[in-house]
Amino acid sequence: MSKNNTNPNNNSLSNSSLDIRKGNKGGKNPLVKTFINGFFIILCASVAVPFISGLFASFRPGQMLIRNGLNLNLDFENWSLVNYSYLFDGSTGYLDWYKNSLIITIVSVILTLIICYFVAYGFAMYHFKFKNLLFFLVIATMMVPFEILMLPLYKQMISFGLIDTYAGVILPGLVHASTIFFFRQYLSGIPKELLDAGRIDGSSEYGICVRIVMPISKPAFSAMAILSSMGAWNSMLWPLIVLRSAEKFTLPIGLNTLLTPYGNNYDVLVAGSIFSILPLFILYLIFNKYFVEGMTAGAVKG
Amino acid sequence: MKKIQAFLFSQKIAPYVFILPFIVSLSFFWIYPMYSTINMSFHNIGNGYSEYIGLANYEKLLGDKVFHIAVRNSVIYTIFTLIILIPIPMLCAFLLNSKSVVGKRIYKSIIYLPALVSVVVAGILFRYMFSEMDSGLMNQILQFFGLESKQWLKNWGTGMFALLLLATWRWTGVNTLYFEAGLSSIDEVLYESAKVDGASAWQRFWHITLPLLKPTRIYVTTISIYAGLAMFLESFMIYGSNNSPKNIGLTIVGYLYRRGIEKNDLGYASAVGLVLLIVALSISMVYLLSSGMFKKEDK
Repeated sequence: MSKNNTNPNNNSLSNSSLDIRKGNKGGKNPLVKTFINGFFIILCASVAVPFISGLFASFRPGQMLIRNGLNLNLDFENWSLVNYSYLFDGSTGYLDWYKNSLIITIVSVILTLIICYFVAYGFAMYHFKFKNLLFFLVIATMMVPFEILMLPLYKQMISFGLIDTYAGVILPGLVHASTIFFFRQYLSGIPKELLDAGRIDGSSEYGICVRIVMPISKPAFSAMAILSSMGAWNSMLWPLIVLRSAEKFTLPIGLNTLLTPYGNNYDVLVAGSIFSILPLFILYLIFNKYFVEGMTAGAVKG
Repeated sequence: MKKIQAFLFSQKIAPYVFILPFIVSLSFFWIYPMYSTINMSFHNIGNGYSEYIGLANYEKLLGDKVFHIAVRNSVIYTIFTLIILIPIPMLCAFLLNSKSVVGKRIYKSIIYLPALVSVVVAGILFRYMFSEMDSGLMNQILQFFGLESKQWLKNWGTGMFALLLLATWRWTGVNTLYFEAGLSSIDEVLYESAKVDGASAWQRFWHITLPLLKPTRIYVTTISIYAGLAMFLESFMIYGSNNSPKNIGLTIVGYLYRRGIEKNDLGYASAVGLVLLIVALSISMVYLLSSGMFKKEDK
């Protein structure tokens, strides 16, 4: 299989270089072109199927979801927008969950970015004692899955009285190793002469960090803002453990509570799921470039 | 007062001020919990009491059939995600880089979309796509090929298939992006000179592309091993709770959650977590060593 599929690719690769060097226009094999594009069109269509079947189900009565599952049937006679009106008329907690998710996401993203930027700045711009050991610890925290720490953290939150509070949800995730890593990578590309120039002008170390380096780190902030919003908005396991009362739930755990066998809120389940994707889809459409940058930074350099 | 200020603003002290939040958070939310997990795993902990029992929790794990099911599920899931989610995204990235592709940006954007969705939403969609009713999407597909409907989420094999399809759907796009970034960092000149030397397309792929993609492959494999072994919420959502028929969807973290959070048996659950950590660390270390990762770093 791999042989069949890589050959056309390599043919086209050689075509591409021919194109560059000799301006060869007739080199593209139409069969290869059809094959590759056909492959991607089928792939994209299959990726879209769960979204589309979910969208369809969001227009049908909730009982049909249980009775029929998700499918691509175009049974328009059953469709209406009434499920979406349930989301907004206050008969369910949905709007509260939405609001809670927004608050938690915004607060934790802002704090995470600022803190991680400062920490990364310390690692990138200075030499100090124990620097290597401490940076090794940054890496080490990435090697331990969060799931292992969640029980003691849960106990800790109980003893701090932070169970069922937003602080309890936000605090343990604020200093985020891979965000520090990304910022450090970016900051080490900034020439140190800039810092010295700032010192000569009489700026303090903190002034240089905030007024000189921060503004030119905007691309790194954008990439990390996107990535950590995604993480915070979709975060499920930790909020599930910390939050107890329904009016404090975030979207993921709120939606999860609708899944109980005794629930009668299936009308809201799929419509609410579909609607919860919206903010990230919009961000993705606008800031597509930063999504890619933030995601792939670790893979290439790592 | 001025002295303190001068001290805090000196170039020597500033770096420590910058990394202070990391040190605080590390001690509270990493070092202490790490110590605590290890410590708890040697204790029998219940409501209001804690008794040192040495390695008894670990001994109990050895004979715990449910734990064995969980480990088996997690390991099989991890192996299959590696088999699926390394070659296919690599292939997609190669094909995306070809000049014959018409809408590269559009394809890339679409296959990435599932990664934006929370595991809750993805799980809800897949749970009902794999509905055992005849009108569920997956059963409709079976019927299209003249096959019988299946009770997908009641059997081990088909349930695992549902979990793997969910993982494939969510991560193909992300991994493709990784490999695509790796490919674009390969210098075009290498291909040119290889061609001048008469290397065939297949040789160029085998001797240039594959070796130079190695760092990306190592990265993707390592994070996939971790993600696979720590998988929990996918199963939690597809089965609607942490309980699946005959534990067919139970994973290591699922068992940790059941013992620790649902049954409040923190000592035993901590032992489960530590076994997971040791397994994940040793697999990734063996993998990194065998791929020559550290040799390269040393030079």
